[in-house]
Amino acid sequence: MYLCIYIPNFSVQAVARVDPMLRRRAVAIVDGTAPLLRVVALNDPARTAGIGLGMTAVQVTQLGSGTAAAKVEVRHRSPAQEAATHAVLLDCAYTVSPRLEDTAADTVLLDLVGLERAFGSPEKIAHTLTQQAFGLGLEVHIAVAPNPDAARHAARGFPGITLIAPGEEAERLGCLPVEVLVPPPEILETLHRWGVRTFRALAALPTGQLSERLGQEGVHLQALARGAALRPLVPAQAALRFEEVMELEYAVTELEPLSFILARLLNQLCARLAARSLATNELSLQLELENTGVPEPPTPNSKSRTLRLPVPMRDSKVFLKLLQLNLQADPPPAPILKVTITANPAKPRAVQGGLFLPLSPDPEKLELVLARIAGVVGKENVGWPELVDTHRPDAFRMQRFVTGVRGSGFGVRKARNSKLKIRNWKFETHQSKIQNPKSKIDGPRTPNPEPRVLMALRALRPPMPARVEVRRERPVRIFSACGVRGEVVLASGPWRTSGEWWTDRTWEHDEWDISVVSGRSSVVSCKKHQQAALYRIYRDRNGNWFVQGTYD
Amino acid sequence: MKSALLRAQVESALGPGFPSPFTFRENCMPEAVSSGLEEIDALTGGLPRGGLTEIVGLASSGRTGVALAILAAMTAREEVCAWVDAQDAFDPCSAQLAGADLERLLWTRCHNIEQTLQVADLLIHSGGFGMVVLDLSDVAPRIVRRVPLSFWFRFRRAVEHTPTVLVLLEQEPCVKTCASLVLGIRNSKLEWRNSKLKIGDWKLETPNSTYERGSEIVPPHSLLFCGTGADVTMIRSRSSQARVVHSSIRTRVAWL
Repeated sequence: MYLCIYIPNFSVQAVARVDPMLRRRAVAIVDGTAPLLRVVALNDPARTAGIGLGMTAVQVTQLGSGTAAAKVEVRHRSPAQEAATHAVLLDCAYTVSPRLEDTAADTVLLDLVGLERAFGSPEKIAHTLTQQAFGLGLEVHIAVAPNPDAARHAARGFPGITLIAPGEEAERLGCLPVEVLVPPPEILETLHRWGVRTFRALAALPTGQLSERLGQEGVHLQALARGAALRPLVPAQAALRFEEVMELEYAVTELEPLSFILARLLNQLCARLAARSLATNELSLQLELENTGVPEPPTPNSKSRTLRLPVPMRDSKVFLKLLQLNLQADPPPAPILKVTITANPAKPRAVQGGLFLPLSPDPEKLELVLARIAGVVGKENVGWPELVDTHRPDAFRMQRFVTGVRGSGFGVRKARNSKLKIRNWKFETHQSKIQNPKSKIDGPRTPNPEPRVLMALRALRPPMPARVEVRRERPVRIFSACGVRGEVVLASGPWRTSGEWWTDRTWEHDEWDISVVSGRSSVVSCKKHQQAALYRIYRDRNGNWFVQGTYD
Repeated sequence: MKSALLRAQVESALGPGFPSPFTFRENCMPEAVSSGLEEIDALTGGLPRGGLTEIVGLASSGRTGVALAILAAMTAREEVCAWVDAQDAFDPCSAQLAGADLERLLWTRCHNIEQTLQVADLLIHSGGFGMVVLDLSDVAPRIVRRVPLSFWFRFRRAVEHTPTVLVLLEQEPCVKTCASLVLGIRNSKLEWRNSKLKIGDWKLETPNSTYERGSEIVPPHSLLFCGTGADVTMIRSRSSQARVVHSSIRTRVAWL
């Protein structure tokens, strides 16, 4: 058997629920933009007073000088109160059965199978729900029928409590007007034109001819009018909310006692998640402070104490450590009165273990280590470097380091090949000669093994200013505070690079590769050997020289 | 009988913390992993897992290039690596050109040696990394020498019995016996090329050569730096018994 709870005049009851004085008065709910406010809902006393749907608020107030019209209360429609009323309806229904269908804002369907032992007969359940709803400020219509749609139509059509036994659906629903079916306007108009105004009249029509004229929808409406439409209940799932709150008797000023409180709340939260086989990938901590009595205001450094985890986790010790590190980095400015922790539920990750998998750090441990490292060097200085698709030197951005999550590689610059193209253009015709410069120009070529070690550039961030002496358009001496100083033995350049001339961040560099004798002896060789160091320097558009880095 | 009784008493006194204290255990050779460079592998037999490897050399010796080649080989094996940068000198573009997978590289940009050691300690003890590189190349040797040996012993002890390769880049060797392998790199020649090829040797063997060759002055824009030749010396190794300790590698630049 199925039970339907229906709230008549839903908008009116939503407003009247918070203002009990309105329950016995004529109330009209208006909606729209001022000054064109129209009546969208009204209760029976307002109907009796002559108010109709679609009337403007001005018309309502000008509706004669009769005593009844003068007592009509006009209220604006409140979506927030309607949502709250709907939540109250659901709470009322959940007290009886967890299997319910959230059909509409004003209608809820329950499955009564198996509830007789706990709550009694369907009639008793209906009376219980009516009283509960009245206690919550709602006047409801309840109907019990063998199928959900019959119960729904009976609740919408008949006031009070209606009980329909199996086999009596067509007879009991026969007197209801077809408007209760809520058919499409064109079908309703057609039915009215035919003179079909009740369920009984619709049920009596021949099915085949009805199908020819109104299609399958007409046939479905006929089945509903006969109370013979069968469908399963679509159960509503209550939104899972994992939140633990603790209000403290006295304010906590230090982090150590706060850690004990956090540990207790996190243990409970993780136990609740484990009970539902869930994990969390987002943890929020809200602290209510003593002085203001309002939740901790957001500050530039700690806008929200939200931990976004790379993978769903359920380890309370890891969460506690992460929260402790977060609080140490950004402690609350005042003593704490209330602690609220909210977890966003997520499915736990399923990892297939293997004997031959490559080595990688554990995600839970890694998250903790990264939080500790961020506390040492700063959050912006730890991660993996993603190259930005631009020719600007040293262009990259730090991304959050996560194991086991591969990026798409979009926007990643493969190689900075502008210099490659420029330089190779000069030498491509002489490639064969360059291979073996000791031989004659047209001599045979000796194969050379391809070196596989790339000369890396050790960058100076930011590039260090340098004083460079230029003679015959080439640098001959350099002096810089970063230790690059001496006579320039060899210099290759200038190699012009520039870009972003269409923005205000335009840049233009003349780069040089220079060799400078360092004056230091290598400890590797037993002989004294002066090392030549190779640097990349550049001159900007203002003529200033900088050391960009060292080749190594 | 007496010796057996004494042995039983000693074993019970030491408790479960020291199982079988009298059992002789042979020192296992650490597992070696290929560096990705045939010359280095032929010289050393590979980098030791669970050990500390020092790569020393002056500026422009090629040690960073060697380290990036090793990084490329490790990330190609899908191992997660970490680069602890003491002076924020790491160039991601060079690393990618060397073949490293940057998404498998955790880069920590430190600004002094204290931060570097602290971060390295955290990473080594967390475990799970195929390679951890401590880049102290730009730190003055006098500062690195001030780091107590106990730090390096602690690091070595932390990576022992783990598959992590700990690599230290410096200008001079300083960890002494803590290192399982010490490699020295020195550049022996610089290779420059010229579009106007003349008969003769344009490879500059000594750093004192100039542009002028005879009466001809070579314009600087016609010269191109191509790479270096470097000598690699195995200064110390625990695993390799080889007497041959020298090898040579060639480095190239990205635009060739």
